[in-house]
Amino acid sequence: MSDAKLKRVDLIFGEYSNVKYKVLADTLIRSNEEILKDLLDSGLRGRGGAGFPTGMKWKFTAETPGNEKYVVCNADEGEPGTFKDKEILTRVPRKVFSGMAICGKVIGAKKGFLYLRGEYKFLLPDLLKELDQYHEFSKQLGHDFSIEIRLGSGAYICGEESALFESMEGDRGEPRNKPPYPTTSGYLGKPTVINNVETFVNVLMIMRLGPDQYKKLGTTDSRGSKVFSVSGDTPIPGIYELELGMPLERFVDEFGDGDTKAVQVGGASGFCVPRKKFKDTVIGFEGVPTGGSMMLFNSSRSMYNVLHNYLEFFEEESCGQCTPCRVGCQQLRKGIVAVKKGDKKSVYLDQLMKLSESMKITAKCGLGQSVANSFSSIVNNFKEEMIY
Amino acid sequence: MATSDYLIQDLVEKYGRERTSLMPILQEVVQQKNYLSDQDMTEIAKELDLSAAQVFGTATFYSFLDTEPRGKYVIRVCKTITCDMHGKKLIIQTLEDMLKIKVGETTPNKKFTLLETNCLGWCHEGPAMLINEKPFSGLTLERIHDIISEYMHK
Repeated sequence: MSDAKLKRVDLIFGEYSNVKYKVLADTLIRSNEEILKDLLDSGLRGRGGAGFPTGMKWKFTAETPGNEKYVVCNADEGEPGTFKDKEILTRVPRKVFSGMAICGKVIGAKKGFLYLRGEYKFLLPDLLKELDQYHEFSKQLGHDFSIEIRLGSGAYICGEESALFESMEGDRGEPRNKPPYPTTSGYLGKPTVINNVETFVNVLMIMRLGPDQYKKLGTTDSRGSKVFSVSGDTPIPGIYELELGMPLERFVDEFGDGDTKAVQVGGASGFCVPRKKFKDTVIGFEGVPTGGSMMLFNSSRSMYNVLHNYLEFFEEESCGQCTPCRVGCQQLRKGIVAVKKGDKKSVYLDQLMKLSESMKITAKCGLGQSVANSFSSIVNNFKEEMIY
Repeated sequence: MATSDYLIQDLVEKYGRERTSLMPILQEVVQQKNYLSDQDMTEIAKELDLSAAQVFGTATFYSFLDTEPRGKYVIRVCKTITCDMHGKKLIIQTLEDMLKIKVGETTPNKKFTLLETNCLGWCHEGPAMLINEKPFSGLTLERIHDIISEYMHK
């Protein structure tokens, strides 16, 4: 067991500046080139899970010609085990709106949207209060960028960016074909930057600290800090802001209950890491990436039940548009039930693995493609639990 | 003219006739009437110059846009992994016993509907549930008794 505790960071949830909207005001007088350069220098990668470099996304959108562009903040946090955006929007909404406003300036958008999942509707009154303040200040600063909040209605898939646009446009939340990417064709077919809640806050912190100081946090591949949602079999569940690039073993030393059998990194669509691999696993873009979800399981848990719960989740949340995902999720769940019951021989699991691999290459969006992550990592590492 | 028609007229005035207004309109009808009736959806389609099938298609996609009658208080219990690990089954049983209905049903007095839902984002404080839009986390049997008794008297 290592002695040193994981370094806590106080960046995202750190206090607001003394003067309201100071960082925003200071940034608005800088040139777009300078801001973009800082973002690119900082190495910031999107905090929703996929990890696309934020500076590049903004640059591409800024370079796309067009008078009508949009900024969208993705607050449709639905990944099992993730609850960090709720915390950010509760504690530091001003930083989120400021980050969006900076994006508006850089890409030349006049309108931004925060797409809030329906499950978080209870946050709306406080968010609207802060938004009133924002609009007052942006008027004073002469920054023509307004923000509107749109609500989701209980569909996990709308966290997928193009499904989110469909939903905002009044359609079923079915993901679009890519390309075109949102940088050229997003909301209403216009160039759009869509970022996770935490990403916008990181942008603001980079503007406050400067890229050099920001870069001191984390590793070469994973700059900055990350807000982790810790749950499951842990004595201290909750929200923790930690440096990226930490070894999983140290995380388990600190957050486990002494009997941790596995950690699900990145939610149901992420990877399940068994105890024997804790030592060699790094949390970050160079190892196992995560949108922040860390669920711990101790030896009293049946990994079969865990996988069954995930598959039920995917089966219900699949939008049903493409066959690999719609049918694949059902067949995977039915398949593990059949093996468990003894209706199918254990070698049937190999066939199910092949099915999940096919889903990875043929499903239309990230949902269907990522089912294989948890499926293969659980079945491979806990095969005996699937059979007996 | 039924009152519902006035509601939809008002909402169309408030949100506009664009396709992008569809979600907010559907959401507010559900909030006010607990569900979307066929009649309401047809009316909305007419106002927004869409086909009824388009409105129905959008509405039925979203689990919170109910298209069958619901009670005044819709209880949605999280069934995703960490809430499940921390005793969601017992919470459901207790709710079923107290309300004398099964998951998916509405009480005869139309006051409560009991449903299960996917991750609510309270994994660190599970088990959790929503009653309409209000979240309740860290549920124990006693808390369930207190909360439901309070709502029964509302």
